[in-house]
Amino acid sequence: MRSLTDEEYYLPGNAACPGCAAVMAMRIGLKVLGPRTVLVVPACCMSVVQGYYPKTPSKIPIFNTAFAASAATASGIRAALEMKGIRDVNIVCWAGDGGTADIGIQSLSGAAERGDDLIYVCYDNEAYMNTGTQRSGSTPEGARTTTTITGKSEGKKDVPGIMIAHRIPYVATACTSYPLDFANKLRRAISMKGTRYIHLLSPCPPGWRYPAEKTVAVGKLAVETGAWILYEWFGGRCRLTGPSSGLAERSKRRPLEEYLGIQGRFSGADPSKIEEMKRRIDEEWERTIALCKG
Amino acid sequence: MNLIATGNHAVAYGVKAARAEVIAAYPITPQTQIIEKLSEFIERGEMGAKFMRVESEHSAMAACIGASACGARTFTATSSQGLLYMSEMVFWAGLGSFPVVMAVVTRTLAPPWSIWNEHTDMLSQRDAGWIMMMCDSVQEAYDASIQAFRIAEDRRVRQPVMFGLDAFSLSHTSERLDPIGQEEADAFLPSPDGQWKVIDVQEPATYGNLVGPERMMEIRHSIMERVKESAKVIEEAASDFGRVSGRKQAGLVEEYRTSGAEVILVVAGASSGDAMDAADALRDEGVKAGVARLRVLRPFPSERLRETLKGCRAVAVMDRDYSFGSGGIIGHEVASATGVRPFNYIAGIGGRDLSVNDFAGIASDALRRAEAGNEGGEIWWGMKGYQEHLP
Repeated sequence: MRSLTDEEYYLPGNAACPGCAAVMAMRIGLKVLGPRTVLVVPACCMSVVQGYYPKTPSKIPIFNTAFAASAATASGIRAALEMKGIRDVNIVCWAGDGGTADIGIQSLSGAAERGDDLIYVCYDNEAYMNTGTQRSGSTPEGARTTTTITGKSEGKKDVPGIMIAHRIPYVATACTSYPLDFANKLRRAISMKGTRYIHLLSPCPPGWRYPAEKTVAVGKLAVETGAWILYEWFGGRCRLTGPSSGLAERSKRRPLEEYLGIQGRFSGADPSKIEEMKRRIDEEWERTIALCKG
Repeated sequence: MNLIATGNHAVAYGVKAARAEVIAAYPITPQTQIIEKLSEFIERGEMGAKFMRVESEHSAMAACIGASACGARTFTATSSQGLLYMSEMVFWAGLGSFPVVMAVVTRTLAPPWSIWNEHTDMLSQRDAGWIMMMCDSVQEAYDASIQAFRIAEDRRVRQPVMFGLDAFSLSHTSERLDPIGQEEADAFLPSPDGQWKVIDVQEPATYGNLVGPERMMEIRHSIMERVKESAKVIEEAASDFGRVSGRKQAGLVEEYRTSGAEVILVVAGASSGDAMDAADALRDEGVKAGVARLRVLRPFPSERLRETLKGCRAVAVMDRDYSFGSGGIIGHEVASATGVRPFNYIAGIGGRDLSVNDFAGIASDALRRAEAGNEGGEIWWGMKGYQEHLP
């Protein structure tokens, strides 16, 4: 972390909830990206976290756009800057999981297929948190939301996998509890051209129902139990990173119940549901390990 | 140099002369030829713009907005379903005051599928803060596509501009086109100063974050004032372009034989010429008929139209569109803007043919109704009866 600048680009006094992991990641992310960056933010928690006009917590330009439109808006910004001869600026979409996995996936897929030169960070708090915790395509199985009060029956959409299928230069997963791993991945993304995608798991105290001070612990448990796998994919190769690199063997992972038990959204999941969740996680590991073996 | 060109190609020639910098578009009949031609210009190196082949109209307008936010001159084109799919971003451009320019080839909305002409698609966007023009010829489509950028980018306006071309009857009809030279175009429309840009890493700002009720009214009021002010800018652009091109340009309203007219047809779009031919024919028969063609629908030329319609016995407003439960959209606007109670003819729906005879018949019908003491009303013109449509 010492390698990060002391300069702050996203200031205190913003409107984030206490314990918001996504805004912690924003602070780290902007330190890595630096001042020659334009952020594109669709409707999501981050559009509210900015607070009320005419104030802003950001020292980096932010352009707010419609829910479904972040990648396309960013593509337009890139095209204009190229026409103006400006080439040394990072264009970065910073979008929630609903704006990425659901309503925004068309414009993200379009930009990726065209290879537009932008970095897309999806901070994934696994539901529509800004509107009060409704189920998204990125909500995991078993999680209770205000539109799945008995727990979601379907699994989580594999957006990083979808992005790998676009054969873009860089795809990575990350978790807000491992800021250095995230920072390194962002650095690698910045060093490349084309569409680059980072899917960042961001625990959410009110939505996942855990005390604000546990926000780092919850993210760590997501990784340590294997529920969330850290990896990066580029140059046709995939590799596990951070703690995930030592968790390929199932026996090394902490019991899933530790992760489920620390938060309220999985309460009431019966043993058969938990077995189903474990089965899905094992499958995810098998897929990722196969990808790593090429 | 004179060309023979379709309305669609005329727009492409105009946008090339206007030196648009970023073009983002998605194909849809009957607009596609516009973007095909522009893409061809760019690939051949005849035009130095970025052409973005986006995956939807929503993304087309989003990309135009992103580019415009950096101060670039941007263009797109669409039609019917595409315009409605784009609608969220059409409002984003208007309410965000981004001077994007768009050609809309007006087409009937589905279901059932139809590719023929109707104006309901474009008129559905009338509250989005855009300046809206309707073209009546291939030449005017070309002229409008250059003037639109000047109007949009004028510091007194800084709002987006859309201009309409009737599907097929204008978009695909070939007519003579007299383009202006590139030097004249550059003199009329200097390269954009980009003063409206809101994205700049040197001067970082947050654009579009939450605004509470204590500020929003003033933001909307400023758009209202600039769209209103654009009436003057549109007239200036028309007059300057008239000087550059040597062709008289219609400003807000084109008046045709309205002086002393007892019946005036109020029309918009490519069938205006037929309405004018009908006025000629009626005048030959001793009926004092005239035509008021609305070249601009936003800002609605209320004052000008009030003057034009003053003293006229019967006003027949043509609507190739409909607002269910309300009536013809332009009919209502004319009534509210002028205080006149027009005879509102709903005609040409779904691309049904509208001939010179129809316009002459409508003008005579309106006059007859006025003489019978009727005060306005809605008439669906050219109906064949429901029976014929039953399977």
